[in-house]
Amino acid sequence: MTWIGALSQLIQLAVAVLLAPLLLGWVNQCRAWLQNKRAPSLAQPYRMIRKLFLKEPVIAHNASPIFRLTPYIVFGAMALAAAIVPSLATDLPFATAADAIALVGIFALARIFIALAAMDIGTAFGSLGARREMLIGFLAEPALLMVFFTASLISQSTSLVTIVETLAHREFVIYPSLAFAGIAFTMVSLAENARVPVDNPATHLELTMIHEAMILEYSGRHLALIEWASSLKLFNYSCLGLALFFPWGIVEGAHDVVGLLWAIPVLVGKLALGGFLLALIETMSAKLRIFRAPEFLGTAFLLGVLGMLVHQLLGA
Amino acid sequence: MEFLAEQPWMGLFTNLPANLSLGLVVAAVSAWLAIGAVGASFPENLTLVRRLFPIGALVGLGLAIVGITAIHGPTQATVLPLGLPDLPFHLRLDALSAFFLVLLGAATAGISVFAAGYFRAGQGTAPGLLCLQYHVFLASMAMVLLADDAYLFMVSWETMALSSFFLVTTEHRIGEIRRAGFLYLLIAHVGAIAILLCFGVLQGGTGDYSFDGMRTAKLQGFWPTAGFFLALFGFGAKAGMLPLHVWLPEAHPAAPSPVSALMSGVMLKTAIYGLLRVSFDLLQVEVWWWGVAALGLGLFTALYGVIFATVQTDMKRLLAYSSIENIGLILAGFGLALVFRAFQMPQLAALALAATLYHCLNHAMFKSLLFLATGSVLHATRERSLGKLGGLIHRMPWVAWLALIGTLAIAGVPPLNGFVSEWLLLQAFLFTSELPQGFINMLIPIAAASLALTAALAGYTIVKFYGVIFLGQAREPALAQAHDAGVRERIGLVWLALWCVLLGLFPVVVLDLLDPVNEMLVGRGLGATTRDWLFLAPIDANRASFSPLITLAGIAVTVLGTIFLVHRLYHHRLRRGPPWDCGFPLQTPRMQDSAEGFGQPIRQIFEVFFRITRTLPTPFDKAPRYAVKVEDQLWYGLYLPMTKAVEFFTWLVGFLQQGRISVYLAYSFFTLLALLLFVR
Repeated sequence: MTWIGALSQLIQLAVAVLLAPLLLGWVNQCRAWLQNKRAPSLAQPYRMIRKLFLKEPVIAHNASPIFRLTPYIVFGAMALAAAIVPSLATDLPFATAADAIALVGIFALARIFIALAAMDIGTAFGSLGARREMLIGFLAEPALLMVFFTASLISQSTSLVTIVETLAHREFVIYPSLAFAGIAFTMVSLAENARVPVDNPATHLELTMIHEAMILEYSGRHLALIEWASSLKLFNYSCLGLALFFPWGIVEGAHDVVGLLWAIPVLVGKLALGGFLLALIETMSAKLRIFRAPEFLGTAFLLGVLGMLVHQLLGA
Repeated sequence: MEFLAEQPWMGLFTNLPANLSLGLVVAAVSAWLAIGAVGASFPENLTLVRRLFPIGALVGLGLAIVGITAIHGPTQATVLPLGLPDLPFHLRLDALSAFFLVLLGAATAGISVFAAGYFRAGQGTAPGLLCLQYHVFLASMAMVLLADDAYLFMVSWETMALSSFFLVTTEHRIGEIRRAGFLYLLIAHVGAIAILLCFGVLQGGTGDYSFDGMRTAKLQGFWPTAGFFLALFGFGAKAGMLPLHVWLPEAHPAAPSPVSALMSGVMLKTAIYGLLRVSFDLLQVEVWWWGVAALGLGLFTALYGVIFATVQTDMKRLLAYSSIENIGLILAGFGLALVFRAFQMPQLAALALAATLYHCLNHAMFKSLLFLATGSVLHATRERSLGKLGGLIHRMPWVAWLALIGTLAIAGVPPLNGFVSEWLLLQAFLFTSELPQGFINMLIPIAAASLALTAALAGYTIVKFYGVIFLGQAREPALAQAHDAGVRERIGLVWLALWCVLLGLFPVVVLDLLDPVNEMLVGRGLGATTRDWLFLAPIDANRASFSPLITLAGIAVTVLGTIFLVHRLYHHRLRRGPPWDCGFPLQTPRMQDSAEGFGQPIRQIFEVFFRITRTLPTPFDKAPRYAVKVEDQLWYGLYLPMTKAVEFFTWLVGFLQQGRISVYLAYSFFTLLALLLFVR
């Protein structure tokens, strides 16, 4: 590992952590425009996080240390994931330490802890949220793995670096298997980030909420970290999607600092477009009943499997 | 002295340097038997028994150390002067048995220390007898691993089954437990018959029942396949393969927790050992579709097991079903290794086999840990039903935090051990696209998908397990009296948790240990690919690499950094208050999800797998009652018809037995008549 490698790694991590709330603000703004509403400022998520950090957290009498530790673990896991996902450059020092499967494992770590924390207080809503989150998770996680498997069958590697480099060098080849994987990935991302049609981030309506039900008991800095981690998760998934399906503009090798600085505006541009599309999907679809969510995710899972099958059949 | 040297069994002592490890293992087995005998001489002396168990644990530790040195050592064999006149006991210690001895020794060391604090004087078997049964169980498992002929193998196998049967029925005054024990004994023997027949097939008409004879026997035509499937059936019955899994969810809850841990963590692995021994070592034939059959059965077992685990309401039944799931994963890896070997791809076979063995070791550690944790909970609360537990992290912090390690390990999250074997197994699946058979290549995506689904469902299950037992509010007032585990129990738990962490953090070291086993079974190890101790890269670093230590460092740095920064930049004030819960004023512990509630989505999605009986209240009920019972379809579809058939045939036989002397005389008369007619 060279110091330039470490520097690029740090730049990527810092960009991810700092830009993540901005992406969320942008999606909210687009959504408000599309729905003929007045949009909040782009900086609104930052203001909210700052406000929450300054407030005093109140936790229940019977909260265990797991409850207090979870926001940090979830945020840490998402930051780690941001270091692994090749969003700006491919050959970062961290990339060899964890591959696509490990990335799914790190997401699972965050999910398990947040579900455990939701059950920790012992309220009706908390365990309801935990149950629903695990319900979404047990279908979304294998579907995500299927997407990675399709990509890794093409590139003969589960390392995200090799996957992205392989896909970036074959611009003019169209992979039918990747089309299936792309749709599956979009559906999984919607579910995992608690977006419409699976969950609604803007509601506290008890019958429908999933993610919000789990974090009801959090306040102050804990809530700030969880909110920040959620926006970081959205950022990670967006970067993953871009890296897998639109890998152009990502710097190859970690020794090109100028290239790295150029990659930032490219990424921002791609994210802006992606965020707009996300807002479009959210505006044009209605929230599903909770028991339609497994069908939705089951479809994503099947599409992922189909992607692998198509790859085996056509060899592409 | 010269006379002694002529006796083959004296080789054990005269060739001491060469056979040192084997001699030490035999000594360990004898030590266990001696401990058992001492315990049995004072059946009612609980204090003595509590001192004996830690000695047994030390023996286990020694066994593990000997095993580790023996894995890299040469194969050692000897003949004992016991057994049949023309078939004395053959012993052999090679890499495969040494690996499973390590598993046995390391898991036992923790479980025995725990058991020293666990057993109480009670209604069941006297403590001294329990000590005998327990140590005979351990010794017989070690002998199964050492046996080098069919006779010794079967004797040890049966001793293992019988001693564990007695351990399962420790609380033999309870009818339910006797029934569970009977079911276990029955299926163990159905399996043993298949294994016996398998050895009969393998000796290939030579009449030589030593394993060496079987290795050289030339089986023709249909016989190797018959031998393989008899072994799969027989060992599968012991391992909990579908559809022979029904005994596990009955026997595990019935047994005392250390015994459940031993059975689930170690005994199931002896079945895997037998399967590996027969199909990779004794059978010299390689047929690819055996592997496909094992793979399919394994994946279906895994999925079936985990789906049932999610809906269980008894914590030990839940873990038992989870064991079925893990055995399914192990069988899937085993099948994949067979497929690769049959297609002459030794490196990939080594990868699949390493994943299988690694998962055996991991499962031994985290499942024992969790079973022991349920034992502590059971002692503290006298409650096995998840619906009556909750909030125990406040009352039993030691058990809760150590169980959290087991929970994360079994859920397969990095950087703990469950993730590593899952990762290896998935890697093995991803390389299957190199197989020459197009048909299998098409099956692989489906196999990988069900593997991923199983792993994710295991996460669901274990969140339910941990969350309902240890988190939330106590569902019963009596739980306020729950106490934490004693010192010996804690030591046992810490030992197993330590293994969960270390096996996760240093996979390269473990794979190095596994390599001689790979070389022995598939002719090639992963070898050169494990040169960098920090990075796990089984085939090639470009294809896949993973470093648990760096991942752990990453998690630690980000988490601690966040804590530090947040506390430094802002403040660390904190206030405690009543829970918010959207402002609902009336909160009782009964409003939390029960175990049924948490499993309800799975019950609905996978309804076809279950046989569900519901009692639903009507709106007009004065005292509404809700009950739901989830049962195994296979029990009704397969086992009950089978018992009916057996009952019918016994009834037919009973028809002959009229119980009157005149009838029997008539039988004799007619038989005589018929015979006279024939010999006329």
